[in-house]
This record gives sequence, structure tokens and C-alpha cells, in this order.
Amino acid sequence: MNALRKLVDNLKPSFSEGGKLEKLHWVFDSLETFLFTPGHATNTGSHIRDPIDLKRTMFMVILAMVPCLLFGMWNVGHQHYLALGQFLAPADGLMDKFLFGALKVLPIVVVSYGVGLGIEFLFCSINKHPIQEGFLVSGMLIPLVMPVDVPLWMVAVGTAFAVVIGKEVFGGTGMNVLNVALTARAFLFFAYPTMMSGDKVWVNVSTAAGEQVVDGFSGATSMGHAAVGNMAGVVPLMDSFWGLEAGSIGETSAFACLLGAALLIFTGIGSWRIMLSVFLGGVAMAGIFNLVGPGLNNAYMQIPVMHQLMLGSFFFGMVFMATDPVTATQTSTGKWIYGFFIGLLAILIRVVNPAYPEGMMLAILFMNVMAPVIDHYVVQANIKRRVKRAALAA
Amino acid sequence: MSKTIRIKKGLDIRLQGEAEKVLAQADPAKVIAIKPTDFHGLTPKLLVAQGDQVKAGTPLFRDKYNERVVFTSPVSGEVAEVVRGEKRRILEVRVLADAEPIFEEHGGGDPATMDRDAILEQLLKTGCWPFIRQRPFDVIADPKGLPKAILVPAFNTAPLAADLDFVMRNQGADFQDGLNALAKLTSGRVHLNVSAQTTGREFLDAKQVQVNTFEGPHPAGNIGVQLHHLDPLNKGEVVWFCYPQDVAMIGRTLRSGHFDGIRTVAITGSEAKVRRYVRTRIGTPVAHLVGEVGPDVRVISGDPLSGDNVGKDGYLGAYHSQITILPEGDAPKFFLTDGWLSPGFDKFSASRSFPSWIMSGKRYAPDTNQNGEERAFVVTGQYEKVFPFDIYPVHLIKAVLVNDIELMENLGILEVAPEDFALCEYVCTSKIASQRIIREGLDTYKKETT
Repeated sequence: MNALRKLVDNLKPSFSEGGKLEKLHWVFDSLETFLFTPGHATNTGSHIRDPIDLKRTMFMVILAMVPCLLFGMWNVGHQHYLALGQFLAPADGLMDKFLFGALKVLPIVVVSYGVGLGIEFLFCSINKHPIQEGFLVSGMLIPLVMPVDVPLWMVAVGTAFAVVIGKEVFGGTGMNVLNVALTARAFLFFAYPTMMSGDKVWVNVSTAAGEQVVDGFSGATSMGHAAVGNMAGVVPLMDSFWGLEAGSIGETSAFACLLGAALLIFTGIGSWRIMLSVFLGGVAMAGIFNLVGPGLNNAYMQIPVMHQLMLGSFFFGMVFMATDPVTATQTSTGKWIYGFFIGLLAILIRVVNPAYPEGMMLAILFMNVMAPVIDHYVVQANIKRRVKRAALAA
Repeated sequence: MSKTIRIKKGLDIRLQGEAEKVLAQADPAKVIAIKPTDFHGLTPKLLVAQGDQVKAGTPLFRDKYNERVVFTSPVSGEVAEVVRGEKRRILEVRVLADAEPIFEEHGGGDPATMDRDAILEQLLKTGCWPFIRQRPFDVIADPKGLPKAILVPAFNTAPLAADLDFVMRNQGADFQDGLNALAKLTSGRVHLNVSAQTTGREFLDAKQVQVNTFEGPHPAGNIGVQLHHLDPLNKGEVVWFCYPQDVAMIGRTLRSGHFDGIRTVAITGSEAKVRRYVRTRIGTPVAHLVGEVGPDVRVISGDPLSGDNVGKDGYLGAYHSQITILPEGDAPKFFLTDGWLSPGFDKFSASRSFPSWIMSGKRYAPDTNQNGEERAFVVTGQYEKVFPFDIYPVHLIKAVLVNDIELMENLGILEVAPEDFALCEYVCTSKIASQRIIREGLDTYKKETT
């Protein structure tokens, strides 16, 4: 550790002003501050500070995503082997499935981080700002919301678009209006619809010699089936809870999302208010559909409430996307409103407009845009209370 | 009419190094210093020069824009030096102290029988006035103003703060004299705000006041919090406040006619060698009170959240009743063992990503490292947990940052002081300097509106 410190101190002058590698100063700085919390002593205000910082906060969020990532890797393999008619029971071929999935998923993770961090380094070097940690989380979220068969170049393009247009033009971490990972996904969804939706992208069906896809295989997600009225294709409730279904890499398992939610809520890093209100919004809309569904003879509407919520990316969005503190509302009251409408709209879009099975993505992005308006009215109410109190006293 | 108020939001930072309940009498210091910088917003006009002889109670300087407010020497002796900083700004007026103080005679009396003008005049003349401060703006009270109330907070919830029950023991008569004087200065009441745990007879038996009981974690002892929950400050209103030791000092000074700048100070902090209470005078050198200290320490006059870093050679601040000595935190910390990704068993955090939540009784010895770099606001809802006001703290800070005076006022800047944001600053993931920002906001508001 001391040797490492010495190494850093020896290298530092080359990266400082006037040094040979001056241009890479902020890159070096980010690596240095990663290895060593800097020896900045407080000089104004409170002399002691909480040990929490943005690096640890972001690390906790990544930790919360690990169950989704690991399960996603396994499920990619599981869906693949199901399509080939091998290892049909979930417990069979555990390592084969996991390794197959890992080999598919890790390149996407690498591309996402590589492109995103590369762009961040570039912008920070140009703007002479330290590199902020926001992308550490976005870089992991992006792979988790991609279909497994997405080409790597698309991951790169989507990430680049999201980081530059979604974030850097607004001023970087903490300043963006839209969730970065969802911006990447939405961009790809609208730019390359055939590669991001339908029934060809969710399950990898590459075959080796002697293998073939089983007869009658469909690669559609449960929501793809439901949208065309094929209710037999919707996986049962418990399968959708554990995540044994086709879908984006990390989104399928409500269980894995709940593990992440537990860590986020426990550490106080993810807002429980938002998670709960998204859930309640979803329950409300799905409940309304349950009531009116039979009259309209719409089978999609009649999926029981819990089952409806377990499908697709509802849980993943609720736990990891809606709670992004930068793009969500900031006031406690605002969080309730914001979350409730995300849940409501997600189910509404998904069911009523089957062309957009990703209702969750669109609902969150829409509410990201509305968040400042909600906060504005909440804060105005506080201001009015104060003015009224002053008028009473006068 | 007394009220009981329970504060739910806040945080008690459990630090090592509380002062033992032992009261020592400090030897008279050879040099004392009065620092104009202790009084925020003051432009001092010097009234003495180097070599002048002064008595205890002789004015050293006055407020340039409010000439009746004078700042007097707590000791008699010779003016040793006027220390100036950039642009000849006066930093300290040092006085070589006589062994036994000779007092300026201001004429004593019983505050209970004096009228408002006489009390006001006497407080201004003797140099007691600067110890009465006001909200809004957290500055010395304007003697021309008429406050709607005067608050006396009889407990301090800041980390390691002096136990005022202990400090005020046997000062009941002086304290009551002071309260009698304060009661004449306001059109409303004098609120004596006590902790639910208090056993101090000096407080519980006080007359001429409304006793309010507060319960809850820091910042329940802050003026701003108490005011917000008792009778929130509206635009155009003024409230004065005065701490119990200063109330007793006012009582003694009015009765005797001698300016009596005596103060009991708690010596605290994990790096303090002898932790106890010391009876001394305002402006005493901290080295005189704390003795030897180690090499890598920070000596703070005041509490660890809002005190001043005065250094080993500094002087006790005018308003402070606590000296805190903490380890200096200017060394880099390796991320796995001591830095951002360490398990952190030795770190106290409001966040549950550190294990301090599980060790409920443990006390900690943090250093003064910032523990991370400054970042944009990312995390939300963090300040609100330690900020017991019906105010949106982050929105207020942002209003100050964009210099929108009307918005600052609307969001409640008149109800707060920097110290109310000390905990926000402590818990902040993004390491935003909120106390400094709020102070700038108050200064800007005051400048633009008066």
C-alpha cells in the first residue's frame, strides 16, 4: 500500500500542469482518487464529515444490481438451452447455462463501460473537471436492459448517444434530465426497432454442429405473446417471479430485483417512497384493468394484478431506474406522485398500446421529464404556507 | 403557556472525548485577544492603540456602522498589539493582562428595578451587548430594534458540547438577574428552552420566563430549530437570543457595574489530553487552557460542526464555551483499508452503508478529512433527515447559488443560520459546503434589502 502510494506520488508530476502527460491529468486524478481517498482536510464549515461519498454510494448500487446480473447470465443460458431442447429443468446444467450466458453478457458490459467511460474521460479532460462517478451505475444498467442478441456496435452507439446527448450536454453527472441508461435503450428502441423488439432478439438460438432449435419454439417474451392475445405463451406467475422467461438480460427476475431493492432501501440509497409508490401505481392500473377487462373482452387486461406486475421490466424499472435520484423528483411529496404515475403509466402503455411492450421505459422517461414540474408545485405549496403564515402574523 | 416540543429529525454524532464533570480554575492568562472576526458582519473601528493602558470594561473597538455597540476588554493591562490581515483588516486586539484586573466603573444596580433604556444603555456601555444576537441573519442584535421574543437555549446538543446544567450550577442568582434584564428588552416573552433531561434548578426555577421543554437529537438545541417550532420567524420580525453563560454575565455586570467576561469552557475531543471544564475569561489563548497537544491535531474553538479552526496558538472565540481537539485528516486513505470502500468499523456514518448503525453504543474518533471529493448534488432526501424545519434545504441552497433573493426569502432563508445546516454538511454525500453557502445567502440578502 505504501509502495502503491509512492508509485502514485512518483507518477503524479508527469500528469500535473507542465508535465508530459498533462492532458491526461483528470484521468490520472480519477484513478488516484479511486485508489486513495484524497487527503483533503475540511477547511470551511463542519470539521468532521460523514465517511460516505459518491464512490461508495455508486458502489452500493452496483452491488444491488449483482443479483440481477448473475441471474441474467444464467437465464440467458437457460433460455438458450430451452430453445435447443436441452437441460429443460432449471436445475440442470447450471454451469453450462451460466458460462454460456456470461460469455454473451460480459462483452456487452465491457463495451458499455469502455465506451461510456471513454467519453466521460474525454469530456472531463476537455472541460477540466474531475470525473464524477455517475457512469459507474449507468454502465452496468445499460447491459441489463439490452436483449441478449443486441449487436455490440449498437451497444456502443446507444451508450455514446446516451452519455453525450443524455448527460454531458446538460453538464454531466447530477445535471441530466433523463435517466442515462434508459436514454440509451430508448434511442436503440426507436432507431433500430427490429433489433430491439419482436421475437428474434430475446433468446440466443445460435446452434453448434448437431444442435437444432426445437419445433414450435417462439422467442417472444410473455408480453409479446400477451399483446397478440396468445395468453398460453405468458409464463406462469411463479416463473415470472423467479425470472424464468425471455426478456432483457437483467430484467426478468422480480426476485433478483427485490434483493437489490432490499439493499438499496436498507442503506437508504434507493428511495423506498418511489419504489412503493411505483408499485402502488402499478397495482392501481392493473386493478382497474382487471375490473374493466371482462367487459371489453380483453385477455391482456385480465392478467391478475400481481402477475401483471411481475412480467417484463416493471420490477427492474421500479427498483433501479425510477429511483435514480438525479432524474426523479427531489421532494418527499413529489416522490409519491412521481412514482405512482410511473406505475400507472407503465401498465397503461404496456396493455393499451401493444406496439410498445416496454411501457415501463416510456413511463419512467416521461415522468423524468415531468419531475421538475411536480417538484415545482410541491415547493410552491411550501412557499405559500410561509407567505400565509406571515400574513396572519402581520 | 410552557410548551413541550419533540424534535424527530436530526443526528447525534457519537464522538469520543467528552469533558469530565470537573471544574478547574484556570490561572490568569498573560495575554488575551479579542477578535472582531468572531462577530460576523462587523466592521470594527479601533478605539485604542498599541501601548494604551486599558481597564477591564474599556472599549477596544466599536461597530463602525452602529457606534453604540462597543467591544470591551475582559482584562486590564496594556494593549500589546493590533494584529492585522489582508487590506489591514483587524484580526485581533491583544492585551497584556495584569495579574489582578482593575475594572472600569460603570455603576451597578438591580436589573429588576431598572427601566428598559437604562438596561439598554448599561449593556451597550459595558460591552455586554455583542452577546445578545438576533435572527434573522445571526448577527449582533440591533439596539434600535424591538424583538418579538428573546430566546435563551439552556442546553446544547452539538457533539461533545458543554453540559449547561453543570456549567450554570451555582450561578442561579446571576442568571435570574440577567433574565430580569432581558425581560425588559422585548415586547413579548423570554423563552427559556430546556432539555427534557435537565435537572438544573437554575433553569427549572427561573422566573420572568416561559419555560419550554425540548426533546430529540441535535440540532434540537439550535436557536433556529427552537424558534421554528415555537413561533416561526416571519419577514419583518426580529428575535433576539442569548446563551445562559452570557445571561449570567449580563446579570453580574449589571449588578456590579464591572464588565465580567468570565466563561466556563469544556475541553473536549479525542486528542485533548486533559478533558474537563475550565473557568476562564473570554479571549484566553487556547494553549493556556488545553496544555500540550500532539503534532497532527486541529484545535477548534467551538464544536466540531460549526466551530472555528483557531490553531494551537489561537484564542478562545467570544461566543464559544467549548474547545475541541481532533486528529487532523490530511493524509490520503487507501480505498480498501481506510478509504471509500473500507468496511469502516471505526467510522461513524448516518448512512447504513457503514456498520456504525449496528454498534449503537460505540463512540468514534473521526479526523478532519473530508472523506471524498466535492460533487454535484446527486443523492436526494439526505438533508431532510437531519433538518427539522418545514423548509426544503437543497432548494434553498440552490436559490442562494443562483443568487435569487426573492426565492431565498420565499424558501425561508430568514429562519435559518449556517449552524442549522451543519448536519446537512456533515451527512452530505457530495460534500457541498452548505454552511458557507447559507452564510453567503444571508449576507447577500442583508446587503440587498437593508
